[in-house]
Amino acid sequence: MARLRFGRRPHFHSRRLVGALLSVAVLLIGLSLIPATSSWTSALRDGAGTVLGPAEALVHAATQPVRKLSEYTESNSQLRDDVARLSSQNAQLQREADQADLDRARLVEFEGLNKMTNQTGLRLIPARVVAMGPVQSFSRTVSLDIGSRQGIGKDMTVVNKDGLVGRVIAVSDSSSTVLLIVDTNSVVGGRLGSNNEIGFLRGRGSFNDSGRLDLDMLDDSVTPSIDDLVVTWGSNGKGPYVAGVPIGKVESVYATPGQLGKHAVIKPLADFSALDVVGVVVPKAGSVR
Amino acid sequence: MSSGVRAGVLAILLIALVSVQYAALDLIAVHGVVPNLVLLLTVAAGLSMDLPVAVVLAFCGGLLMDLAPPAMHPVGGWALAMVIVALLAARQRDDAADSPIQGLLTVAACSFVATSVYAFIALVSGAPGLGVGQVLGVILIAVLWDVALAPWLLPSFTKLLPKLLQPEPIRR
Repeated sequence: MARLRFGRRPHFHSRRLVGALLSVAVLLIGLSLIPATSSWTSALRDGAGTVLGPAEALVHAATQPVRKLSEYTESNSQLRDDVARLSSQNAQLQREADQADLDRARLVEFEGLNKMTNQTGLRLIPARVVAMGPVQSFSRTVSLDIGSRQGIGKDMTVVNKDGLVGRVIAVSDSSSTVLLIVDTNSVVGGRLGSNNEIGFLRGRGSFNDSGRLDLDMLDDSVTPSIDDLVVTWGSNGKGPYVAGVPIGKVESVYATPGQLGKHAVIKPLADFSALDVVGVVVPKAGSVR
Repeated sequence: MSSGVRAGVLAILLIALVSVQYAALDLIAVHGVVPNLVLLLTVAAGLSMDLPVAVVLAFCGGLLMDLAPPAMHPVGGWALAMVIVALLAARQRDDAADSPIQGLLTVAACSFVATSVYAFIALVSGAPGLGVGQVLGVILIAVLWDVALAPWLLPSFTKLLPKLLQPEPIRR
């Protein structure tokens, strides 16, 4: 019936408009996929973040009463600030404590000089997660309420009180985007706490409680043991992740038929469905990372 | 209203919708999937506005979803999906105006197509480790969310949009 009414079919000029819009969209996708031009679309995104970041922070602030219902431990904004400050302190202490364990295990090998410098040359800036990327966009990212104005830069490590959260992949002046380690695009160098063996952790993309990471060891002969702690491997300031941040614990180990080596499934320490206060690791003023 | 004021109102409406979608709806997310407000606005535009207005609104809404933090690459994916949705909805204009069920079916179809188009782009542009089962699950939840919100939001949007952007009645 509707098909017979030709009068409402798109006119020539609106067809041309639709064609133009579709072409622009395809062009943008192309530009963002070609490495040489992807910085243009990133710049576009950073620009949009200047407007949309504060808008999201505003909306997030407006939802605080609802969020508070589930977080009944906090009663007013004064307490919330305290929690933010203490959580970041706690996260730092936790990281130091976990690192202390690891350092003990390899005291003989290292004498820890480089690492200690590294560790003391860092500090945490507390931030709040204000927006989560919807899963139907097929990426696991969150945005923070601080940006380049507060000293945040690309590739900085993001942690919370439990462990590694992700790394900063985009910054505008008042907001930043964090790629979570459970994203399928995320690869983190990890080290087993018990024997210092290294491997790579890849995200599986699940956002809910079953968010897991896959660990492939570099050395095929190593078999991770259940409940072993995995920490970041770090790369002396060249890579995005600082060394020694706890990532997760080995949940199960399995062998793939026809492949050398064992794979392990890692349960991350951080709860990615309830991210709130996080800390961004920045170099301490005056120190060289 | 002058066209400048209309563009401003439209921009504020879209920014508000995208901000709510990204910064507030995670409260009700199911496995991380949230209702797609921009999609509902786009369907409403397709159903109630002239096609050129609807596709431009769809493109702008989609582009904002692509650009708003914490979105990741590729830019243009949602813009493409939303323009297709506006075209689809515009085709259903008469049927959907006749019955609410048709309106819901239109939303379901549009939600399915939009999320699928975006998923296809994400898969082609190399999101490693994305399983087909996982993608289908996400699409299903997304469709259910959009259909669940449609009875509340779609009628308001179809009434609001012509008032905001097109004071003169649509050419019948």
